[in-house]
Amino acid sequence: MSVTTLSSHALVQRQPNWLVRLFDYKPFLIVMCLAPAIGLLTVFLTYPLGLGVWLAFTDTTIGRRGIYVGLENFQYLLTDSLWWNAVFYSVVYTGIATFGKFALGFWLALLLNNHFPFKSVLRAIILLPWIVPTVLSALAFWWIYDPQFSIISYLLVDVLHWRSDNIDFLGSPWPARFSLIAANIWRGIPFVAISLLAGLQTISPSLYEAAMLDGASAWQRFRYITFPMMMPILAIVMTFSIIFTFTDFQLVYAITRGGPGNSTHLLATLAFQRGIAGGELGEGAAIAVSMIPFLVFATLFSYFGLARRKWQQGESND
Amino acid sequence: MTDTVAQAAVADAKAAPDTMAWDSGLRRLMMIYLPLGCFVLILLFPFYWMAITSFKPNAELMNYKEHNPFWISSPTLAHIKHLLFNTAYPHWLWTTMLVAIGSTTLSLIASTLAAYAIERLRFRGSPYVGLGIYLAYLVPPSILFIPLATVVVQFGLFDSPLALILVYPTFLVPFCTWLLIGYFKSIPYELEECALVDGATRLQILRRITLPLAVPGLISAGIFSFTLSWNEFIYALAFIQSGANKTVPVAILTELVTGDVYQWGALMAGSLLGSLPVAIFYSLFVDYYVSSLTGAVKE
Repeated sequence: MSVTTLSSHALVQRQPNWLVRLFDYKPFLIVMCLAPAIGLLTVFLTYPLGLGVWLAFTDTTIGRRGIYVGLENFQYLLTDSLWWNAVFYSVVYTGIATFGKFALGFWLALLLNNHFPFKSVLRAIILLPWIVPTVLSALAFWWIYDPQFSIISYLLVDVLHWRSDNIDFLGSPWPARFSLIAANIWRGIPFVAISLLAGLQTISPSLYEAAMLDGASAWQRFRYITFPMMMPILAIVMTFSIIFTFTDFQLVYAITRGGPGNSTHLLATLAFQRGIAGGELGEGAAIAVSMIPFLVFATLFSYFGLARRKWQQGESND
Repeated sequence: MTDTVAQAAVADAKAAPDTMAWDSGLRRLMMIYLPLGCFVLILLFPFYWMAITSFKPNAELMNYKEHNPFWISSPTLAHIKHLLFNTAYPHWLWTTMLVAIGSTTLSLIASTLAAYAIERLRFRGSPYVGLGIYLAYLVPPSILFIPLATVVVQFGLFDSPLALILVYPTFLVPFCTWLLIGYFKSIPYELEECALVDGATRLQILRRITLPLAVPGLISAGIFSFTLSWNEFIYALAFIQSGANKTVPVAILTELVTGDVYQWGALMAGSLLGSLPVAIFYSLFVDYYVSSLTGAVKE
């Protein structure tokens, strides 16, 4: 129907208007269509990325144009124990949180893959931690981790009588580190679960039926059907998850701001503290740039490490 | 851990034929409903705690001995009233709304045109442009915020919400373009060919055929953009200085957290009110959201 109305409309506009003809000229149209997106990305993404690398080699501060100082910033970082701490915690944070998110998220996806009433409602509310602004849920966690009025301490001390004193969640380094990791896992589970659920639903039930006829156990069906079939999606979701966990900023900044005693700084929060709050733009940029090798390595590892198995799987099947 | 899970997930199918009905029911309860209940409880508890704290009077907040902390004995609107009338909270909400709507509109226009050019006006190198835009999504804001701050200062946009409207598309455009390319792919090309044969111009085709058919894709891209820009934190923290121009997440953290004694009631009320718009917006379009999230992953 829309086609017929269009053709009559098009005939009316058939007059040789040079503007209309220009916009129907394909190369011009392609340039016009791509211009807004490419323009925005060039000015606010590619250029700053290059500028950031350049800044890392200068001693720029806020209000003063810096001069080229070569590798000085990086040499300084290598001797800076705070930077090493941040690297250490970023790796630990990413490692444990990614493992936790994927183990629990995969479990949740498998649970949601069953049939039960109100499934779509449940699927919708499970995504809430992912929708709500991270800083705002982080504030809720900050309140949950309060040294005096923590609800978890209350449960353990006054209700269950498992402990005699309140837990000091954020007062000392290791408890603070694990509290942040727990909050990160909490936030990441829904995304992993819903993404993996999409993958689970694409696996044909006939594969399981065939395996069951061949006498495969539940574990074998998971190990030789579910897991290999999920590999491509796992690779993509894990790449994203690692990149955005490693460069996380909001949770740490909202809950501990790097404390106690700078023990929970991630590279991103350290870069903010030095670069924006401290005004040392050059050094902050160097810290931010020092994340890039880790990110490239993690991306290559998770993407190719997991995707190669997919190819092998594909070859042996063909 | 996943071992037991896998068994749990497929257990019911196996258990059904060779065990009695009540046994399989019990097993289903233990293996599916119990863990599922725990997940929902843990995932939702912080929101319950946030909500209940916002309506508790201060006396109850700090006294667990005489009041059950899981419930409110005398609910109060004092915290919300304080927030709305003694702070700039309504203004922060307005700024956040403005920034979210502005950047969503901008990125929807840019990414619709880009996705149309890449997917439908096939040209030499269009896959590479698509790949380039996709790779832009992998550049995290944590790496960009320092140089971007200097760029924003150069443009004279420091401390202006316009800076956020212009900068947010850097992470919105890649995602929306990616999503819309997938969506345009699902629209039969024959429809456009028919229109071309009938003498329609390319822009008419885009406006009258492709866009109306892509409305569900546009809606999900819009929801994603809106929630992502509402939630954005690091750019808003770095580029906005004056209290009045801050967005809700930044303002709550920097303006409401004052002194050593935190006003938990007001903080939680602020978090609750700041979460509500996205939660409501999301609940209206939840099906689009879930399907596009899963669709984007399948791509």
